[in-house]
Amino acid sequence: MAERIIELRDISKSYGQVYALGGVNLSVDRGEVVGLIGDNGAGKSTLIKILSGVVKPTSGEILVRGKPVTGWSAARSRDAGIETVFQDRALAVQQTIVRNIFMGRELTGFMGFLRVNKEIEEASRLMREIGFTSKVFTPHSIVGQLSGGERQGVAIARAIYKQAELIILDEPTTALSLTETAKVFHFVRQVRASGRSILFIGHNIHHVFDIADRFVVMDRGKVALTADRTEVKSAEDLINFMEDVAHPGGLPGLHGAADAGRAAR
Amino acid sequence: MSKTMEPDLKSPLGGEAARTEWKHPSDHWLRGFVLDNRAALGTLVVFIVMMAAFLIANPTVFTTWYLYRSVLTTLPVALFVVVPLVFVVTCGEIDLSFPATMGFASWVFALVVQAGYDPFLGIAAAVLTGTLLGFLVGSLVVYGGLSSLIATLGMNFLLRGLIQIINEGKSTALTGLSDSWAYAIFSSQVWGFPVQIFWAFAFVVLSAMLYNRHRFGAQVRVVGDNPDSAQQMGIDVKRVRVKVFVFVGIGAAIAGTFSVMINFTWWPTAGDGYLLPVLASVFVGGTPTWGGIGTVAGGAIGAVTVSFIQTGVVAAGLSGFYVQFFNGLIIILSLLGHKWNQARYR
Repeated sequence: MAERIIELRDISKSYGQVYALGGVNLSVDRGEVVGLIGDNGAGKSTLIKILSGVVKPTSGEILVRGKPVTGWSAARSRDAGIETVFQDRALAVQQTIVRNIFMGRELTGFMGFLRVNKEIEEASRLMREIGFTSKVFTPHSIVGQLSGGERQGVAIARAIYKQAELIILDEPTTALSLTETAKVFHFVRQVRASGRSILFIGHNIHHVFDIADRFVVMDRGKVALTADRTEVKSAEDLINFMEDVAHPGGLPGLHGAADAGRAAR
Repeated sequence: MSKTMEPDLKSPLGGEAARTEWKHPSDHWLRGFVLDNRAALGTLVVFIVMMAAFLIANPTVFTTWYLYRSVLTTLPVALFVVVPLVFVVTCGEIDLSFPATMGFASWVFALVVQAGYDPFLGIAAAVLTGTLLGFLVGSLVVYGGLSSLIATLGMNFLLRGLIQIINEGKSTALTGLSDSWAYAIFSSQVWGFPVQIFWAFAFVVLSAMLYNRHRFGAQVRVVGDNPDSAQQMGIDVKRVRVKVFVFVGIGAAIAGTFSVMINFTWWPTAGDGYLLPVLASVFVGGTPTWGGIGTVAGGAIGAVTVSFIQTGVVAAGLSGFYVQFFNGLIIILSLLGHKWNQARYR
């Protein structure tokens, strides 16, 4: 059985009287792509913030590689090898790919001068590792010239350079075309092949279904479903299940689908 | 699950991932060089066209060495501030306080020399003053959270006012300066060239390396490009911003000291005349106003261009009234050229 990179046990988070998360269990194994789905307000963002250490949970336990961690923080999260690639991608678009990958941790030698060749070498290695290669750009290309999917590649390469074991992709395919989405999927598969893990968060259930090995559906601060790829037959199953969770027994014509969802559970 | 890097031949990016080398047309060194330096080269073209026009207008004057020597004497003063300003503008800020810093630092230099100390000590004191003033201005802008445009303008008036209050408009003559070692090293002539130009050239080259090949330059560009991202990646954005102002302070101190050494006299207005030509040089040089990118070499060529406009217009036989018009014309034409020459990526 693959190593468990991180495990959240019974995590709750409340802001005053409002519960954002109520007892969430989530785990990610090495070399696994976990798809996290949920409507707006389901608690996905809070969960990401807890994983990246920006927000501290009100209660619950966090285990890194099987060992409980006390005093969870952004630094602890980084030490555990968790990197979040945010929706806005946080890239300096007028700079080269190399400058973005090494942003804040430049490879320097004599008196702080950049080791340009070493940086290129390292960047090429990272980019090849995630299949981020092409005839039309080099590590010297300006990020602003790249397409949306390719920019995700830069962000992922940067996360890997930061020794990430688990990369959290926050809606990486939102606002991307089909071809661009295919590029992101390509990177994700390569990252998985390299033995790293990905938590893939998305609105588009079809996208998540295409890429994830395991699905976690959240609803109103709770995990409504955890299912392996083998347990879910199609994206429609997931959609029906989510609709059923959102409107329990409410809308006519959905009962059959809801049963399928329960069977999956 | 394989742990090895199996090449994925069906890469949706259009290239075979298994390729071991990055190759595409712009890898040719000349093409790459032109693409990387298009702003600086554009500025060079503007300069060459302008000089050609002057040369055609008055061939006799423009082939005399004296004309060039006079420009080469004053140009270094501008270069020492234009180059650090490229860093400031790249960082997404502006510094209008450098004329007063020039005046203030050179005042300290004049005081030390007048008191009978070695001019080298005076230079050290001036650079220290410039560093401190740069730190003061930078801290005010960065930690005070003020607009650099207005805050540095205020600091320019404030510091200049301080100089005027204390000196009551009186200048300081430095008679012993011409016999000193410092003068021989920093302000004499070598093979008919004013020696300042060599120092300024070395400064430009060093700064260009700092800008393009050093962690400092890399972080300045990233901070100017996307400060939020830089912060997220662990760069101390405020510290980088303060550093660029300190750099301007140092440059302004050297510039002020050089200008005093040319004239053997310190005036309470020292540095004032450099505000607009220096700013114009930065933007004529091809550094855009929006931050993130810039060119040190372009800024230096821009300074040469701006320095030659005044001399050139008068030497070409036009009256002095034309100088401002040509100044403006060159600035506007350069900006139009750069606009066409470089795209802004978002």
